[in-house]
Amino acid sequence: MERVVEPAAKISPLRANSERIAFGVMVVALLIAPFVIYPLFLMQALCFALFACAFNLLIGYVGLLSFGHALYFGWASYICAHTAKVWGLSPELAILTGTATAAILGLIAGSLAIRRQGIYFAMITLALAQMMYFLALRMKFTGGEDGIQGVPRGMLFGFLDLHNVMTMYLVVLGIFLGGFLFIHRIINSPFGEVLKAIRENEPRAISLGYKTDRYKLVAFVLSATLAGLAGSTKAIVVQIASLTDVNWPMSGEVVLMTLVGGLGTIFGPVVGSFVILTMQYKLAFMGEWVLVIQGVIFVVCVLLFRRGILGELANFLRIKL
Amino acid sequence: MFDIFGISSAALFGQLLIGLINGSFYALLSLGLAVIFGMLNIINFTHGAQYMLGAVAAYLLLNYSGLGYFPALIIAPVLVGIVGVIIERVFLQWIYKLDHLYGLLLTFGLALIIEGVGRNYLGSAGLPYTLPDALRGGQNLGFMFLPNYRAWVIFASLIVCFGTWFMIERTRLGAYLRAATENPTLVRAFGVNVPRMITLTYGFGVALAAFAGVMAAPIYNVSPNMGSELIIVVFAVVVIGGMGSILGAILTGFGLGIVEGLTKVFFPEASNTVIFVIMAIVLLVRPAGLFGRRA
Repeated sequence: MERVVEPAAKISPLRANSERIAFGVMVVALLIAPFVIYPLFLMQALCFALFACAFNLLIGYVGLLSFGHALYFGWASYICAHTAKVWGLSPELAILTGTATAAILGLIAGSLAIRRQGIYFAMITLALAQMMYFLALRMKFTGGEDGIQGVPRGMLFGFLDLHNVMTMYLVVLGIFLGGFLFIHRIINSPFGEVLKAIRENEPRAISLGYKTDRYKLVAFVLSATLAGLAGSTKAIVVQIASLTDVNWPMSGEVVLMTLVGGLGTIFGPVVGSFVILTMQYKLAFMGEWVLVIQGVIFVVCVLLFRRGILGELANFLRIKL
Repeated sequence: MFDIFGISSAALFGQLLIGLINGSFYALLSLGLAVIFGMLNIINFTHGAQYMLGAVAAYLLLNYSGLGYFPALIIAPVLVGIVGVIIERVFLQWIYKLDHLYGLLLTFGLALIIEGVGRNYLGSAGLPYTLPDALRGGQNLGFMFLPNYRAWVIFASLIVCFGTWFMIERTRLGAYLRAATENPTLVRAFGVNVPRMITLTYGFGVALAAFAGVMAAPIYNVSPNMGSELIIVVFAVVVIGGMGSILGAILTGFGLGIVEGLTKVFFPEASNTVIFVIMAIVLLVRPAGLFGRRA
C-alpha cells in the first residue's frame, strides 16, 4: 500500500489544513451542484460515494481487500425497501433496519473471512457475497429478477416530505456527510492508528500486544454497516432494490471507484465514484463496451496509476487529501 | 432401475454424474489457479475468462476452419495458452513485487475486458457447440443411462489432472518448478531461467482452463458469461482445499462436484449455495483449508 507523503517539518497553514479546505470545497460544491446537475444523479452518486468510502476504510486503512461489498450494500437496500414498502416503516426506520442488517451480515461474514489472510480474504468475501446473491435470487420477498419496485419515500421523522427533490437531496447529503465525517473520525482515532499499524505490519502489531483479529473484525463491521447505510439510502432515493446491487459486478465497481479515486485517501473514493458514475451515464450508449472500458481502467490504474486521482494530486502538491 | 430413499437410481446417478463433470471442471480450474499462484503469487481472476476463451476458440475452429472437437482439444488450449503468455509478458510481469491485491485487481480488469469483448461479439445468449459423432449416444448400465460424452469428460479430465500431478511431483521439470516456487533466487543462481519458467507456467495454467472450456462447450453453450460465475465457485473450492497441494486441489474439486450433485437430488434449493456453505464450515473448523499448511 502506498502512503500519502508525510507532512514536512515546516508547512504552511494552507498545507496543514488541506483536508479542512478540501472538505469545505466539497460541501460548497455539493450544495451548489443540485442547481446545475440532475439531482437524482447526484443523490445516486452520493450513495455510491459513501459506499466507496466505507470500502476504502477496509482496503485503504487496514489493507483488507473485500471483494464482496455488494453483499452489504445490496442486502441493506433489499431490507430497507421491504420494510418501507411492505411493513410501512417510516424512511428513517427503514434505513436503520437496512443498516442494522448490514451490520449483522458484516459481523458474520467478517468473522469468517478474517480467519484467513491476504488473497484468501478477498476470495472468501467474494464467495460469501455470491452465496447471498443466490439467496436473494431465490427468496420470495426480494422479487427475484424484478426486484422490489415502487418503494415509497414517505415522510422523514414524520414532517420532512421526501417527495420533494430538494428535501430528499439535502437528506442524502446529510447522510453522506455524516458517514464521511464518521469515517474521518475513525481513521484519525487511536483505533484508526492501530488499523494502519496492522496494514503496515501485522506481525509487529501482534507482537506489540494488539489483538489484531478483533481490530480487523470491528473495522470490517463498521465498513459493512456504512455500506449498508449507503445501500438503504439508495433504495429510498431510486425507489428500487434489485439484483444488480447484490451481484459481483457491483463489488467490482466499488473497488474500481476507490482505485480510481485513490486507495487510502479520504476524498479519493468520493471523486472516484463521481468519475465512474459520470462515465457510465455518458457512455451508456456504448452498451457492453462499458465493461471493456472499466476493465481497461482497472489495468491502467494498477500498472501506471496506483495512487489514483487524489493520491497523485496529493503527492504532487505534497499535501494530505 | 431401482429406488434409493424414494429417489430413482437414474435420477440419483444422473445427478452424481453431472456432479462429477462439474467436479472435473472445478478440479482443472483450481489446479490451474494453484499452479499459477505457486509460481506468480497471483490469484488469476482471468481464469474464468480464459476458460470461456477455450470454449470460444473451439467454436471458432469448428465453424470457421472446420477443425472438429478432437483437434480443438489440443489447438484451443495452445492458442489460449499463447494469449496467456502474452498477457504475462505485457501486464503481469510488472507487478510481482507489489502487494498481492494488485494482482487480483489487474487480472479482474483483464477478465472484464475479455468478457466485455465476448459479449459484444457473441451476444449474451450463447452459441451451441455440436457434439462430435464419435462421442454421441450412451450406454445403459442398468441403474442409469451413461451418455458417452459425459463419461469421456470425466475420463479426460482425470487423465489431465493426474498427468499434471505427475509432471509436477515426479519429473525433473516439476522439481525445478517446485524449487522455484520455494526460492526463485537460489534456483536462478543454479542457472535455471526462472522468468521464462514463470511465463510458461502461466501459459500452462491458462491452457488448463482453456482445456476445461473446450470440454464444457458441448455440455453448456458457448457464452461470454460462462466463466465469471464458475470462477467464484472455484475460488470457494480453492479456499476449501488450500492451494498448497496439487493432489488436494484435484480431490477437493471432484469431491465438491459430487457433493453439489447429491445436493441437487436431495435438496435442490441449496444446490447453488452448498459449496459456499461448506467453505464457511471449513473456515470455522479448519481455517487453513483441508489440504492447506498453516501459514
